[in-house]
Order: sequence, then structure tokens, then C-alpha cells
Amino acid sequence: MKITRRRFTKLGAAASIGLAAPAVWTKGFAQSGKIRVGCSASLTGPLSSTKNMVIGYELWRDDVNKAGGLLGKEVELIVYDDQSSPSNVPAIYSKLVDVDQVDFLFTPYGANLTATIMPFAKQRDRFIVGILTLASNDHLRHDKFFQAAPWGPDGATNWARGFFDIAQRDGVKKMAILAADTEFSKTAAEGGRRVCEETGMEVVDFQMYPPTNRDFSSILRNIRAAEPEAVFVCSYPADSTAIARGIQEIGLGDSVRLFGGGMVGPQYASLLENLGPALNGIVNFHLYVPEPTLKFEGIDGFLARYVPIAKERQVDPLGFYIPPFTYAAGQLISKAVEATGSIDQAEVSQWLHENSVDTVVGQITFDEIGNWTERRVLMVQFQGVDDSGIEQFRQAGKQVVIDPTAYASGDLIPFAEARKA
Amino acid sequence: MVVLDLVLNALATGVMLGSIYALLALGLAITFGILHIPNVAHPALVIAGAYAVVTSNRFGLDPILAGVLWAVPFYLLGILFYEFYSRSFESRGGGNTLQSLTLFFGASLIVEVGLVVAYGTDFRSVNVDYVGSSLRLGMVAIPYRFLIPALMAPVAVFLLWLYLSRTNIGLAIRAVAHDERAVSVSGINPATIKRHAFGIATALAAIAGAALVITGPIDPFAGRIHIGRVFAIVVLAGMGTIPGTLAAGIIIGIAESLVMSFMSPSWAPGVAFAILLATLALKPTGLFGAAR
Repeated sequence: MKITRRRFTKLGAAASIGLAAPAVWTKGFAQSGKIRVGCSASLTGPLSSTKNMVIGYELWRDDVNKAGGLLGKEVELIVYDDQSSPSNVPAIYSKLVDVDQVDFLFTPYGANLTATIMPFAKQRDRFIVGILTLASNDHLRHDKFFQAAPWGPDGATNWARGFFDIAQRDGVKKMAILAADTEFSKTAAEGGRRVCEETGMEVVDFQMYPPTNRDFSSILRNIRAAEPEAVFVCSYPADSTAIARGIQEIGLGDSVRLFGGGMVGPQYASLLENLGPALNGIVNFHLYVPEPTLKFEGIDGFLARYVPIAKERQVDPLGFYIPPFTYAAGQLISKAVEATGSIDQAEVSQWLHENSVDTVVGQITFDEIGNWTERRVLMVQFQGVDDSGIEQFRQAGKQVVIDPTAYASGDLIPFAEARKA
Repeated sequence: MVVLDLVLNALATGVMLGSIYALLALGLAITFGILHIPNVAHPALVIAGAYAVVTSNRFGLDPILAGVLWAVPFYLLGILFYEFYSRSFESRGGGNTLQSLTLFFGASLIVEVGLVVAYGTDFRSVNVDYVGSSLRLGMVAIPYRFLIPALMAPVAVFLLWLYLSRTNIGLAIRAVAHDERAVSVSGINPATIKRHAFGIATALAAIAGAALVITGPIDPFAGRIHIGRVFAIVVLAGMGTIPGTLAAGIIIGIAESLVMSFMSPSWAPGVAFAILLATLALKPTGLFGAAR
């Protein structure tokens, strides 16, 4: 077929209409009485174990819509799969803003994926709630960013500070630090070393290991030889398992009274079930555990509704780590919109900066860059864990809050003693 | 005394780890070392084997026994896969290294995605009573979760060596590696022999998967961290030498363990390649490879 100039013009016009049609159509839809909230989630790929975050959003949406919506409008949730890949995220958020015309945004999971869209959010002056994104707004200082997780101010270096506070209270003088050779772990380990210098604790052993390492026997023997009183560990799920097993098999010596801090993995049901009693005595970070000091309004009801959905979708059956915070992220939006009677991004942001919000994860107050004004990363100690399976972790007393002291639900048991018990 | 303790334990750990590495590399010693097929999908197949073992373990089956039982379906899977590879590439003259690499890289991605779809991305592990305890010999403590899988390596190496050196079909496999045309002249179909050898290599992936999952939990992408190391072991051993694979694995295991104990753990992953480069510079055929 010969392409004439006239035919080419017609084809061009048809293609333009075709491309523009979805935007025109969705704009009309958005104006037709829905409030749209959008985000990406890692439904597939290496981070897909975090996909249970969507359940938190869905339960929030359902609750809001059941109560008559926001400002009388139905809330619509739009979630795209970012396949755990940072390169997919910018295009998804451009589509959410320009084509889907969403009113509010949640970030993807974690700092790595979020880093790719923070400049976009600031440039377009969009309201956005951070989902466990550590220190994502520290440099950009976007005034419409709000963090759903309790990392607190200076989160990048201080999120695990509670571990060192416990060490200080316990009179620890000699600390060993073991961290995976990744940005997240290294920053926390360096932050820990600085705290030790400030508080007069001697760092007797400082080891970084490659993230692919799966045998820790040599490393644990080196730690044992250094005879520390506390060991701060920053590890990822597979390493955390190998370290916990290594302690069981080789031991750490009698000098160690405090062990753990920044181990990723024991927040998830699969590792809790796998490690069982091997976790006893470890003091580690968490964001929520079912202890009596953390009975925030609505959290029990939320978890009760989460469990059957999680079982059906074969995701983490406990749901303590991420889902309550994605539900809380939704609550930030709904409470600010209801209070201001508006969906104006500036008005909603200003209200959140000026007011505290009660959520299922407690009361949240934001500083000028959207971090929680108070760090509330929990340091919990595994106590009395047996090999009876996952259900025991729904009970109080298995993950006892040691720090912050305001939420403490029990006393620290020295590491060796807790393991013998 | 402390140094002696560290040295002895580092050596013991190195031997255990090295034996497990050798078991992971054994299938590749056949496909890459003997058949010259760059099967980068082998570690992904090992992980697939590990998942199969995890599934069986849920029904109370011992992981090692499960690995041996799964070796049969994996053998058939290997035959089918080689048939596909042979018909699509080799018989059309497209079996060059670059195309083969692309094919096997794609296959490994398919295996990983298949595992994600079937099992999700949560870590999976097996329940065995000996995990968490150690064998203590004086100053040396050897975790059973390393010792048991490590013992599987010399057994597998010995049986495979016997098969390749004492049976007609084993000799035919080695003959194909040396001169495919000469083998066909003597009335043996090289494609049949290679298909069978590929099946054995894939069956070994199931057994290696059983060993790997005893040492710790796995996820669908766990094979990636082993790709470089297993190729290094096969080349270091000398292409196609089966007992050499065990020796090369142990050398790398001990070196990594000593570096981890007395230098920095961060340097350990580079050890395998440093040894490989040094060896190839001095002996291009690898430690135990025969000059051709």
C-alpha cells in the first residue's frame, strides 16, 4: 500500500486520538466521583514476599467505602506490579499521575524502589506516603512526603539505635559488629560504630561479609575469640538464618549478653517457623508485635481480617511487619481529607504537618520532612520460643518489647540464659 | 591456642564447604567439562531439585532419599531438554557457544519464574533432626548440616567416576567428548550418548539440590550466587575430570574459609577466581586436566 501524504496525515491523527483517548476517558472518570489512590507493589520478582502490603491497602479502601467513602466519594485503589525492578517504577508513577489521574500516591516498598520516583514526586508537587522507605526524603526535603513507618528522624543511621540503648543500659563495654556488605547494612553498622564511640563502648570486632555468604562458622569463631559482651548484626533473611543456625552449632561463648539488632528475616513467618527455638535470646528490630503495650485501636480487628486473606493468597500468615503500616498509610490520607474537607494536596499536607493522627499502628506526628518525630522501631527479644510452629507468635510473651522503654512489655534476659531457658 | 583452634576449624569448614561446592558442580562437569555445553541453567536446576526435595520433605521423606528419588524424573527432564536443545540448535548447526549461552540463560530464567509462580518467593527449608547440632572432635566442631551433605559428594563422585570409566556407555560418553566423528564412525549415535549424559547431569542437580537445602533455606533465585563458583571449579579441575572436581571444590572451599577467618569475609567470593586465574596462567588445562 502506497503511503500518500494525505493518508499519512490521517494515520497520524488516528494514532494521536488513540493515544490520547485513555487520558481523556480517565479524566472524565476521575471527575465522575471517585477518589483515586495509586501505587506500585512488588507482586512478582525478588521482593514479592512484600506483596502482602496490598492487603493493608485493600482493607483500608473497603473500610472507607463501607463508611460512605471520602467526602462522599468512593475510594478506588490502583496498584501496578513493578516486578521488584527500580527501572519499572518511574513509568508506572508517570502513568498513575498523568493517565490514571490519581489523587494520592503511596510509594513502592522500600528505599531502593522509592528512590527512583522521589524527584518526580517533588517536581510534580505530589502528595505521597512512604512505605517503609528509609531516609528517602532526607536530601530532597519534599514537603508533601509522609513516612508510614516509625524509623524516626535520622533514620538512616539511627533506626537500630534502640539496640545500642539497651546495651548501654545493660552496662555493655565491648561490642562486636557484623554486617552484610550492602548500603542499608553498612550505614546501620557505621551508625552503630559511631554510637559506640559516643558512649564509650569499645568495638572489639567489626566484620563485613558479602551478601552471598551462607557459612558463618569462621565469622562466629572470630567473634567468639574477641569476647564481646554484645554483638550487633545487620543481615538479610538467608544470612540471618545461617547466623542463627551457626550460633546453635558453634556457640558464641559466655561473654555475650546481647545479640541481634538489625537482622532482616525474623519478622517473617516463614523464617520464624523455620528457626523456632534457635531464635531464643536474640534481640532484634520489628515494627509491630502482639504485645499488650502495643494494643492500638483497630489493630486486632485489622489482623483478624488480614489472616484469612493471607492464607488464601499464600502470603505471610502473621502480617505484623508491613500490612498494618500500609493500612495506616491509607488512614493518613482519609483522616487528613476528612479533617480538611478537601483533596487539595497542599491543604492535606499542611494538616498532616500540624496534627497528630491516630492509626492502627499508634499515634503518628510528623516532622518538617515527613518522618515520625519519634523513633518507634521496636527492639524485641525472642523468649520461650518452642518448635510448636507459627501460631505461638500470635501470643504475647514470645517477642517481648525491650525498647523503646515506653512500650516495654518485659525485661531483657541475658543471651546465654535465654537460650538455655 | 586460639589461632590453632581457628586454623583447624577453618580447614574443617573449608573441606565441608568445598565438598558441597563440588557436588553442585558435578553436573556441570559433565555438561560443560565433557559435552562442552555451557549450561548456565545448571544452578537453577539445582534449586529446582531443592524445591522438589522440600515438597517431599513435607510428607516426611528424608531430604537425601528424596534427592535420590527425584533424580529419576530429573534424568528424564534432562533428556527432554537436551532433545529440544539438539533439535533446535545443534542439528541446525547453531550450537555455538554464544547461542547456547543465550538458550541456557533463558532456560534458567524460566526455571526461576516457574519456581516463583509455584512456590512464591518465601524462603523454603527442610526439617531434619540433625540441623542445629555439631560433631565435636577436640577443638573442631563440624555442623551436621554441612557434614551430611558434604559426605554425599565423595560418594557421588566415586559412583560417577566408576560409571564413566568402567561401563561401556560411560566410556562412550568420554569418547564423544574426545572425538564425536570417530564415535559415529564406530556405529554409536553421538546424539544418543550426549542425551543420556545430559540426563545424568540433570539428575545430579536433584541430588545437589538436596544437599544444598539441608545447609540452609533457599529461594527461587538462590542458584545465581553459585554460577560463577561452579564454573570456576570445573575449569580449575580440568575440563571433564570427575575426581578433580572434588579436589578443586575442596581447594576453593579451604581457601575461602581461611580468607574468611584470617583476612576479611568480603574478599572470600574473589578467592575462587583468583585461584582459577593463577592456575590457568601456570597450567592452562586446569589442575587435573589432560593436555589434548
